[in-house]
Amino acid sequence: MIEIQHFLALSSMLFLIGVFGIFLNRKNVIILLMSIEVILLAVNINFVSFSYFLGDLTGQVFTLFILTVAAAEAAIGLAILVCFFRNKGSIAVEDVNVMKG
Amino acid sequence: MTHLDVLTIGPELLLVIFCLISLLVASFYDSINASNLVFFSTIGLLILVAFLIYISPYKMMPAFGGAFVRDSFAQYFQITILLSVAALLILSKEYLVKYQLLKFEYPILVAFSTLGMLIVVSSGNLLVLYLGIEIQSLSLYVIATFRRNNLKSTEAGLKYFVLGSLSSGLMLFGSSLIYGSTGSIEFKEIYAAINSGGFLLGIMAGLVFLISGMAFKASAVPFHMWTPDVYEGSPTPVTGFFATAPKLAAMAILLRVLFDCFGSAVESWQQVIIILSFCSMFLGSIAAIGQKNIKRLMAFSSIGHVGFALIGVACATEEGIAAVLIYMVIYVIMNVGVFAFILNMEREGVAVTNIESLAMYSDVSPGQAFFLAILLFSLAGIPPLAGFFAKFYIFSAAIDSGLIWLAISGGIASVVAAFYYLRIVYLMYFGESKELLTGSMPVTHWILFVGAALLMLVGTVNLYGLDGPAKVAAFSLLN
Repeated sequence: MIEIQHFLALSSMLFLIGVFGIFLNRKNVIILLMSIEVILLAVNINFVSFSYFLGDLTGQVFTLFILTVAAAEAAIGLAILVCFFRNKGSIAVEDVNVMKG
Repeated sequence: MTHLDVLTIGPELLLVIFCLISLLVASFYDSINASNLVFFSTIGLLILVAFLIYISPYKMMPAFGGAFVRDSFAQYFQITILLSVAALLILSKEYLVKYQLLKFEYPILVAFSTLGMLIVVSSGNLLVLYLGIEIQSLSLYVIATFRRNNLKSTEAGLKYFVLGSLSSGLMLFGSSLIYGSTGSIEFKEIYAAINSGGFLLGIMAGLVFLISGMAFKASAVPFHMWTPDVYEGSPTPVTGFFATAPKLAAMAILLRVLFDCFGSAVESWQQVIIILSFCSMFLGSIAAIGQKNIKRLMAFSSIGHVGFALIGVACATEEGIAAVLIYMVIYVIMNVGVFAFILNMEREGVAVTNIESLAMYSDVSPGQAFFLAILLFSLAGIPPLAGFFAKFYIFSAAIDSGLIWLAISGGIASVVAAFYYLRIVYLMYFGESKELLTGSMPVTHWILFVGAALLMLVGTVNLYGLDGPAKVAAFSLLN
């Protein structure tokens, strides 16, 4: 029998993979975008499983909104990345360093 | 959905319809004239919406089943946000024209992000909160990158995007945990669930994630690392915009979530806010000392000011909230004035942002140097200017609620911070200069700049009568 703990474990693992992907990744900005998607998907799993176990539809509605916003966010992220690539000629994370901070 | 709900969100609807129609129409007539028209009508509309919100007869009525609440608290923040955005749009015109950035998308994106802020301030559940934050930040990412052929601007946009999305992810994860533990996303029901069911571990974890997400938006230490880079890289009018309205919105959501959802569990978040506030005040004051770029300096200054405002949040009393509301308005007025000046720092037509270049500015333009000095004294919180009274209210609220050591460390931090504000004043009057700045200023900028400086002097009399509305707003948040 799959309990809610299993879903929570899965989503927390995905969430941590996403967060570490953002902080430990030294190669490619695309991987950052993928990590952000992974975080949002972890949240979605959370919402859907809570919604199922609580017997309440709100969580699933929330998930649909998150999916929509995630699509918009990915579009804007890629657009910004393309602009950056045109100026810099590279999308390596270590090249995002004109300003130190 | 009744027609009463629609009437309640009428001002916001007006803004949405305007944005969509002007986006559509302006893409058919893409010319300088169309951009100018959209630009000025956006300014006019923002002021009109502020007025409509002010006279709105549908106050205090939750619309859409409690998802949208326009109480006095929301009204207070919405009006300040709208007016500060309008002021910053007026300031950005000349810069945009100069760098060929005056495209019709700019005012529309600004209006969209303003819409997000308006929604976020009056949100009544976690879903509306999330959607409002996303409308706001997605537009902000784009306007940070608005000078898209400039490496710094695109890099600022990229950094802002990655860290901003991360913070939204943190907030969402927190929301999902709170939803799982309480069974609802409505602020009121979460409040009731905590009152009856106790403070579960899931709620605690969710609260921590929510606070860290919101601290990202407010750029409180240790979630501040994006601020200096984004401030430095973005086009200057955009930096001014970032320093004003989004800060107001971030502070508003922090107050809204902490008091509407978790108002009955103050002791569980008070410590977190105290730490955030303490670190922000000191990092904001100390790290700013070594800065050479005035936009970076303003970034650290805003981090420090957020720290001071957070003291008021940590008090968790009506007095403390009212102090935060007053503080944020005075902070915004000071920033509008300072950015009106920074936008005109140029030498032979080239914009400079180096602090050293202000040396002997009093020779170039004694009047401007004097008014800038007033604004900087006010930012430093030196009596008898309005900035001092803002800090005074915060500290007295902290002492009344027993956070004496926090008030004392706030005092120490503001003394440290005074150093770098006064250094600019020193440079303007006694610095050694090789090349002087031009020192011209368009009339609109001059009015806003001098107006902000004079408000700092006038504010000492009665704080523009903000006292009353701030108290009413704080009262409506707590009840």
